[in-house]
Amino acid sequence: MAISHQPDSLLQAPPSKAPRWLIGAGIVLTALFIVGPLLIIFDQALAKGLAVFRANLLHAETLHAVWLTVVTALVVVPLNILFGVAAAWAITKFEFPGKKLLLTTIDIPFSVSPIVAGVCYLLLYGSNGLFGPWLEAMDVRVMFTVPAIMLVTLFVTSPFVARELIPLMQVQGRDQEEVAATLGASGWQIFRRVTLPNIKWALLYGAVLCNARAMGEFGAVSVVSGNIRGQTNTLPLQVQLLYHDYNATGAFAAATILTLLAFVTLILKAWLERHTRGQGGH
Amino acid sequence: MSISATLDQTQPPRPAVKSRARRRVLPGFGLTMGATLFYLALIVLLPVAALILKTADGGFLRFWQVISSPRAIAAFEVTIGAALIATAFNAIYGLLMAWVLARYRFPGRRILDALIDLPFALPTAVAGIALTALYAGNGWFGHILEPAGVKVVYTIVGVAVAMAFTSVPFVVRTVQPVIEELKAETEEAAATLGASDWQIFTRVIYPAIFPAHLAGCAMSFARSMGEFGAVIFIAGNLPFQTEIAPLLIFIRLEEYDYPAASAIAVVLLAVAFTLLLTTNAIQAWRLKRVVKD
Repeated sequence: MAISHQPDSLLQAPPSKAPRWLIGAGIVLTALFIVGPLLIIFDQALAKGLAVFRANLLHAETLHAVWLTVVTALVVVPLNILFGVAAAWAITKFEFPGKKLLLTTIDIPFSVSPIVAGVCYLLLYGSNGLFGPWLEAMDVRVMFTVPAIMLVTLFVTSPFVARELIPLMQVQGRDQEEVAATLGASGWQIFRRVTLPNIKWALLYGAVLCNARAMGEFGAVSVVSGNIRGQTNTLPLQVQLLYHDYNATGAFAAATILTLLAFVTLILKAWLERHTRGQGGH
Repeated sequence: MSISATLDQTQPPRPAVKSRARRRVLPGFGLTMGATLFYLALIVLLPVAALILKTADGGFLRFWQVISSPRAIAAFEVTIGAALIATAFNAIYGLLMAWVLARYRFPGRRILDALIDLPFALPTAVAGIALTALYAGNGWFGHILEPAGVKVVYTIVGVAVAMAFTSVPFVVRTVQPVIEELKAETEEAAATLGASDWQIFTRVIYPAIFPAHLAGCAMSFARSMGEFGAVIFIAGNLPFQTEIAPLLIFIRLEEYDYPAASAIAVVLLAVAFTLLLTTNAIQAWRLKRVVKD
């Protein structure tokens, strides 16, 4: 996503009276609309004191949910990095018919409701699904297992890396790679020595966003996970489970872990944006 | 921003013959293209095809019965209505934030800029319980709003608040770079000719950012239509009142009524596709205008 990169010298001098109330309105609205929800998470999590908060965080089911969330991200993010790099290479280094259609297809998961994504997977791998009878004959169960969570998370997060890399690699062109190829470098050498150094920050940027969504996905995962306590509950599902158990303090305690993830994501994002600007992205 | 629209902007025109010659220079087309198509087919297209095929299995009559049932229609109305309210709010708040962040330098600007991305970084379920706690009758905002007669939690307003929260970065991040690219000369010329600040904004600035604003709002609306995690906690989920379409899908799944769930899902999928193509068209139009200028 684009971010400001205009040199400060081109910007207007300190605002006159008109902008001052605009800035004020912006700050107040953001404080109410965005900072408010952020602060109340910690307020609610600590409502019964630090000892309860600690006990909630160290609850066995919550710890298992953290573990499953991390494992899911560890499987999903590398696969979507590979997909993103392959798609970006094919799309930006070559000309072929149907390129626009391919780009739109890559965008599909971002426009589909997470619940719809879940239903799609249920109707593919579920017992009533397209592959259902075939999977049953082979005695393989996909739905309501950890692999189902991973598959649907792959769907939901697949565009992140690709859509960071494609515009950047398009701007960078192919000249450097073509020189390397003319000099006799192999495909892998060209990618590792020429392309990768040029795209590494954007790649990381996409991976950070992909990771945040993979760890935080709720709707799609809730359809395919079956919500089996201590087995197929990811951290966002655990938050919902505790909340519906009338354990709001516990739900908010689990939510602080995900909020911390959001903070780390935002910090990494801001840091990476400074680097990607240097590479001609954003 | 959609990638295909971005590509139009950056892709230099290449003569056909030259590009064919270039294809031979770089290796890896077969491998990367094959991997991309295989992955897309397996992860994206096959599941989407399964939804469409399974719904078609049930026949059109069954499909129509489900989506024209009073409860489904009410759910669509709630979803569209709340998404419209959310988008209207984001259109104004998002434009304000894009303007403030792009145009002015002030203490805390960096933090404000980073905070705008919070809704994308914060898992939706967390946003959902946080907004519910905030606007509930005993919450920080609720205990002020409810005595004043504004009930947010368990109303369509609450649904709209959750939708607006999760989708506001779309508007800000689509409009902000366009404001940064605006040339100061036209505004200065208008000011020299005696235009007021408001006239400069409505006649000079807004027409230039309108296409981006429209695209951002379309994305915000699309996201709101599909939002689930943030909404279900604050909505109260009363059928015919605050039940959104994605939740009705979920309820039908829990009742093992898969044909009903898939029929409603197909409608949401069709809406999503339409909005995706609309957004792409707006972006393409916007970039064509930029090039013409």
